[in-house]
Amino acid sequence: MNSNNQNGSQNSAVIEVTDLKVRYGDKSALNGVSFDVYQNEILGIIGPVQSGKTTLLKVINRTLEFTPNTTVEGSVKLNGEDISTISDVYGLRRRIGMVQPLPVGLPLSIYDNVAFAPRTAGIRSKSELDEIVERCLQQAALWEEVKDRLKALGTKLSGGQQQRLTIARALSHQPDILCLDEFSIAVDPVTTMRIEEVLKTLRTKMTILLVTNLVQQAKRLANRTAFFLNGDLIEIDTTDVIFSENPSEQATYDYVNGAFG
Amino acid sequence: MFTETEISKHKRWTENVMRIFFLVMTSLMILPLLLIIGYLIYKALPVLSLEFLFTNPKDNMRAGGLWAPFLGTIYLVVVSLLVSAPIGVFAAVYLNEYARESWFTRITNLAVVNLAGVPSIVHALFGVGAFVLFAGLGESILAASLTLAIMTLPVIIASTTEALKAVPMSFREACWNLGATRWQTIRRIVIPNSISGILTGVILQVSRAAGETAPIMFTGAVFYKAIAEGDLLAYNITEQCMALSLHLFTISTQVPDVTEGIPYGTAVVLVGSVLLVNATSIVLRVYLRTRKKW
Ligand SMILES: Nc1ncnc2c1ncn2[C@@H]1O[C@H](COP(=O)(O)OP(=O)(O)OP(=O)(O)O)[C@@H](O)[C@H]1O
Ligand SMILES: [Mg+2]
Repeated sequence: MNSNNQNGSQNSAVIEVTDLKVRYGDKSALNGVSFDVYQNEILGIIGPVQSGKTTLLKVINRTLEFTPNTTVEGSVKLNGEDISTISDVYGLRRRIGMVQPLPVGLPLSIYDNVAFAPRTAGIRSKSELDEIVERCLQQAALWEEVKDRLKALGTKLSGGQQQRLTIARALSHQPDILCLDEFSIAVDPVTTMRIEEVLKTLRTKMTILLVTNLVQQAKRLANRTAFFLNGDLIEIDTTDVIFSENPSEQATYDYVNGAFG
Repeated sequence: MFTETEISKHKRWTENVMRIFFLVMTSLMILPLLLIIGYLIYKALPVLSLEFLFTNPKDNMRAGGLWAPFLGTIYLVVVSLLVSAPIGVFAAVYLNEYARESWFTRITNLAVVNLAGVPSIVHALFGVGAFVLFAGLGESILAASLTLAIMTLPVIIASTTEALKAVPMSFREACWNLGATRWQTIRRIVIPNSISGILTGVILQVSRAAGETAPIMFTGAVFYKAIAEGDLLAYNITEQCMALSLHLFTISTQVPDVTEGIPYGTAVVLVGSVLLVNATSIVLRVYLRTRKKW
């Protein structure tokens, strides 16, 4: 399962990142990172603030393009296809579900929040939308709480509910890959645990990139874990190795054991 | 028992003094407004009636009503906003939602800020040169309205930009993450949640367009022109019209022996219409705010 293991990464790699460099103006945010993400794994991504984790996710769904003055070098391949050559960038974004750190309920009803992406993709049939909304809210463990008030505003839900709404919304376009960026930062511990359970069941259906500020969360959920520091990928390995007494890098050991960060 | 210290006594004293000070200042602001309106209405009472609104001025404007100038002002305001509102709103949407930082957007933003501060007489001169003479529209409702449109445009762009900026960036990012195009994001999230601010900004320009004299004086407004009474379509936009603001100026300064009530009545109608329109915008704003979604 080691990332340096060439034969392991050949056909099961969903995402292949090669020598990825990202700059905001003159400021480097990722200084040439390479790694693969395998089918149906949860890849934990840990690292202190400003290490480039969010930037990495924005490169993968190409929303970094909305930030002016950014330059991206190197390549990111999704199922073998270089994402920079994909012409249907909106379709690309729908192949990836994105959950942001702070829950963002759109100022629409709960139903319309989840139906937003299917509608923008052109689905009009009421029964089809109903089915998607129910399935995604079920998957995000929110259905029972909101099924009687789907017309209520999504922005009026509690923070924890809104974060699950965000997850339901990210699942609404049936992504192959789900990216979560520090989803638990504004969520209570009970909701965090519920979402972690959700992720464990989703793992069988999709590949998950879990950026997390809680190293223990990566330990609980991730098959493999990548440690980022100041725009460098310090180490990527099975979670057991990263959290063991002897990962390859001293910095990994120090961070995982709370010496800094 | 808690005994008051010197310091807390002093704080309380300062607190009271400051509150009264601010209250006095607020009253000083409201008082003149009430006095002006009260005085105008009092002086205008002898002439105020529906007939006053619906008959043309008579006897060299020494008698009669306001129909021609009243309808003229409506024409000028409506035509100018029909031009400036769409251009201003769409320009602001472009600058705020599509344009990247570049020399073009920087110059445009600079122009917007500076044009908003240009005196109206300058707009008038520009209107004469550009619309009356160069474009060959002659002195007409169209030329005057376009001049007013140029005057209100930068303010509409600025107020629309404010309204758009009030929609959190995180909503747009969430939409983009869901594969929405910029246009889908604007149509489904940004515009529905900024429309009250956009409309308020536009409506406030009604009062500016209705109140100005200089920009219309040389571009399309005349001292006197009789039109069919009670006919809303009495004006042709390629011809000149009367206007309330210019009419008020004329009868107060140029025409001797005007019945005293008439200038005051004109002022009441002008101020009254403007306040009515502004009140509509406040009601609209309050109504839309009760439906605020986050
Ligand atoms: N919009 C931006 N403009 C300029 N620099 C940026 C921008 N976004 C991020 N950066 C810089 O890029 C680097 C990486 O930031 P990024 O947000 O990817 O880190 P992160 O690992 O997600 O941090 P955090 O844990 O705080 O979320 C930082 O040095 C940051 O200052
Ligand atoms: Mg981040």
